[in-house]
Amino acid sequence: MSSFRILSTGSYAPNNIVTNSQLSEMLDTTDQWIQQRVGICQRHISVSETTSDMAAKAAENALQNSGVRPEDLDMIICATITAEYRSPNLACMVQKKLGASCPAMDVNCACSSFIYALDTAAGFFARGTVRHILVIGAERLSSIVDWKDRSTAVIFGDGAGAVLLGTGDNYLASVLNAAGNDEIIKIPDQPENSFISMKGQETFQFAVKSICADLQTVIRKAGLQPEDIDYIIPHQANSRIIEFAQKRLNIPAEKFCMNIKNYGNTSSASIPMLLDELNRSGKLEQGDKIALCAFGGGLSSGACIITW
Amino acid sequence: MIFEKLRDLIVEHTDADPESVRPSTQFIDLGIDSLDTVEMIMQLEEELGVELEFDEKVTTVGELVNLIEKRLRELKK
Repeated sequence: MSSFRILSTGSYAPNNIVTNSQLSEMLDTTDQWIQQRVGICQRHISVSETTSDMAAKAAENALQNSGVRPEDLDMIICATITAEYRSPNLACMVQKKLGASCPAMDVNCACSSFIYALDTAAGFFARGTVRHILVIGAERLSSIVDWKDRSTAVIFGDGAGAVLLGTGDNYLASVLNAAGNDEIIKIPDQPENSFISMKGQETFQFAVKSICADLQTVIRKAGLQPEDIDYIIPHQANSRIIEFAQKRLNIPAEKFCMNIKNYGNTSSASIPMLLDELNRSGKLEQGDKIALCAFGGGLSSGACIITW
Repeated sequence: MIFEKLRDLIVEHTDADPESVRPSTQFIDLGIDSLDTVEMIMQLEEELGVELEFDEKVTTVGELVNLIEKRLRELKK
């Protein structure tokens, strides 16, 4: 069945960088603790840019050299949990900023949103009703972080990544999972509390198990072997999660891509931001098999394999 | 039995001298943090073929051994 291929990528992170040392001035934490526990050195934090500002910049960045204009888009799908409004959704705000006129919708599966959004896009391509879809992961997580809570404040960052999809056969296989649970990861939406809370050990366990199971499933579904995969782009939640999953899967560490050191955990934005970084560095070659995987609140998880 | 298995895992994780790992040993003194503990629990789950989920905080080797043994007894029932 026909699916899509990635025509171009883009990303954007706010200029304002907050280092671990800056955080340790306002919280009871240290640079060493943060680096050891989560593998983060700095994060980009928006001062005044909204989620749609960042999303639109990543989108423009992706469209720039593609030859595809905003008016050529058949759909915009945004993966986010931090849109600036409940309504309009983020995708409509991006549509407005780009000057596009296509349908626009959001997907909310917390940190797994980008995988869910790609799979949603694949469905429209399979039906043959679209030629270009822009899928964007964008988050302003600094708006849902309690800056007095040292266990979460050090983890998250802001940013956006975008992929422009066109018709093709490069989406090889996917898997999506959900297991409803509001104990382990939660962002309430109440006037008195809208901050993210997480149980660290349970999240770690869920994440490692999800990465291992989802990657194994999706590699098998694609009719491939682990050694056929050139790069794995996992959601950048915590370097320790990625390293432990890598050990359990016994796949060489150099195939697991990471940039959490510079951006922190940007939820739905982490995978497209990292994909853009790899693309722009010239690392990806045509025909490379790339596995993406994500996990997070919901609880939700998912993975897919794309041919570059 | 669980103590010996856990001690082997700790040695594998930290290169600690097996003699220095006792039930009263604090994880923090071995340089083991809460995520290392989860890693070891997950490795034990695989070895023992059981799910060992619990959210109690443990600070010593003996406390973790007791929790795992308690969980194993519950699973047997």
